[in-house]
Amino acid sequence: MERACRHDPSAPPHPPAGEGWGEGVPTIENPQEERTLTRRCAASSPTSGRGKRSARLDISSHIPSIVAAVITLNLALAAGARAEELLPYNIVGDGIPASLTGSPGDAARGRALVLARTTTCILCHSGPFPETRFQGDLAPDLTGAGNRWSASQLRLRLVDASRFNPETIMPSYYRTDGLVRVGRNFAGKPILSAAEIEDIVAFLATLRD
Amino acid sequence: MMSWRAMAAATLLVAAAPALLAGEIAPDARRSGYSFMGPDTRAMQDDDTSNPGMLFVLDGEALWAKKTGSADKACVDCHGDARSSMKGVAARYPAFDNALGRPVTLDQRINLCRANHQQATPLPYESRDLLALSAFTAHQSRGTPITAGDDPQAKPFVEQGRALYMQREGQLNLACTNCHDDNFDKRLAGAPITQGQPTGYPLYRLEWQTLGSLERRLRSCMTGVRAQAYDYGSPELVALELYLMSRAHGLPMETPAVRP
Ligand code: HEC
Ligand code: HEC
Repeated sequence: MERACRHDPSAPPHPPAGEGWGEGVPTIENPQEERTLTRRCAASSPTSGRGKRSARLDISSHIPSIVAAVITLNLALAAGARAEELLPYNIVGDGIPASLTGSPGDAARGRALVLARTTTCILCHSGPFPETRFQGDLAPDLTGAGNRWSASQLRLRLVDASRFNPETIMPSYYRTDGLVRVGRNFAGKPILSAAEIEDIVAFLATLRD
Repeated sequence: MMSWRAMAAATLLVAAAPALLAGEIAPDARRSGYSFMGPDTRAMQDDDTSNPGMLFVLDGEALWAKKTGSADKACVDCHGDARSSMKGVAARYPAFDNALGRPVTLDQRINLCRANHQQATPLPYESRDLLALSAFTAHQSRGTPITAGDDPQAKPFVEQGRALYMQREGQLNLACTNCHDDNFDKRLAGAPITQGQPTGYPLYRLEWQTLGSLERRLRSCMTGVRAQAYDYGSPELVALELYLMSRAHGLPMETPAVRP
């Protein structure tokens, strides 16, 4: 599932494609040489906020459109400037038993999220994903994760893996404190939204062998 | 995270005597990014007629002899034949500058020469001319073992670079050491992670489709962990560069290398 870019629309343009660990379309077929992608919004992405914004500016030759555009932009700015509020959750034992959103996630959406480079899971993990060669091996294979862990444990691991292992390299996907020099476009925001976490938890719980 | 800083500081104290800190790569285990590449990319680097970086070296050779600035002087007027005068120089950079009291990179040295001796405007970072001049200069050190950071005056800056290297940062909360010391030879989404050795810069990256500096590479890794990248030429980037070079002590220079 490709989600629209949620970067602050007032942020400066992204650096040219090619920064990060590879952006956009892989130019080389050999998987050894393939670059990886962690940026949520490649500059060339048709779903990026920049594309939308310029489309908006293009239609602004009509006065009413300008007014509409300005209002839209202001709303977007207000949303972008405000740090995303984290929903409160309760840790019980070694897990978070209750859904962060109050409703169950969608496993199919969760699978698509885990496979999306921008979610970053398969940078490190491999799993039962025959359709992609580009899987990492810095972390355990996700096959059977649903046997090894309860939904409650999976939820806490995604929210803040450092609760299980303080030295872990696995990022905390639903935490905004204790971080250093977070990029302008990401500051104050968790890596994933509460709904995305729930979708991924629902998917991981289905990984039983 | 503060705990990381504290840990790094504690490790420094404990390990004052042995040269190697926990997690660091032993000298005989240090390997250039070259050794992680496939045969095609290696062949491209090895053959000067197919190495795209050599075009920049040739451009740099022309610029070396071109008079510029209000002093109307060329590099060659002060330094003579680069083949002898610049041999081994890049293997010592970033080098401590006595007048400034801090280390400067090769790019910064080139721009200091432009300002002080050529009375010319500085070349922007990543501009073709600056890359060409630094590629040409560093190419004269191809094969020379790296010794940057040996100068005692540089030590505090090496330490600063090491602290930055150990510091987790960005939304993904990862430090350089997490990938390049602890996980080299593993794969990040299918791409091999190397030791992050700085031996080949400026180098031609297939993904960039151009030559790029070490600073560009470091900024890319910072962007990759969704951290705010330090500005080109900032003291932090220079310190990181210096630490990386001292960490690569003894490895031969490869400029201009090719990387995927
Ligand atoms: C930068 C590396 C990294 C990223 C990115 C990452 N993980 Fe992990 N993950 C790890 C490591 C390492 C472990 C092993 C335990 C530890 O060290 O915390 C782990 C453990 C796990 C486990 C438990 C595995 C088991 O069965 O023992 C699950 C489930 C998991 N991760 C899911 C995810 C999901 C889902 C994502 C993305 C939303 C993700 N991870 C992103 C590094 C990562
Ligand atoms: C999550 C993993 C990760 C982190 C963290 C990371 N890098 Fe990298 N880095 C890579 C990957 C992948 C590449 C491209 C392949 C390679 O050379 O390893 C790379 C490349 C490099 C290179 C180029 C090596 C060559 O042969 O040209 C250097 C130098 C480097 N990184 C230094 C750093 C520094 C300094 C930091 C911290 C500011 C850092 N990296 C953080 C993954 C990472």
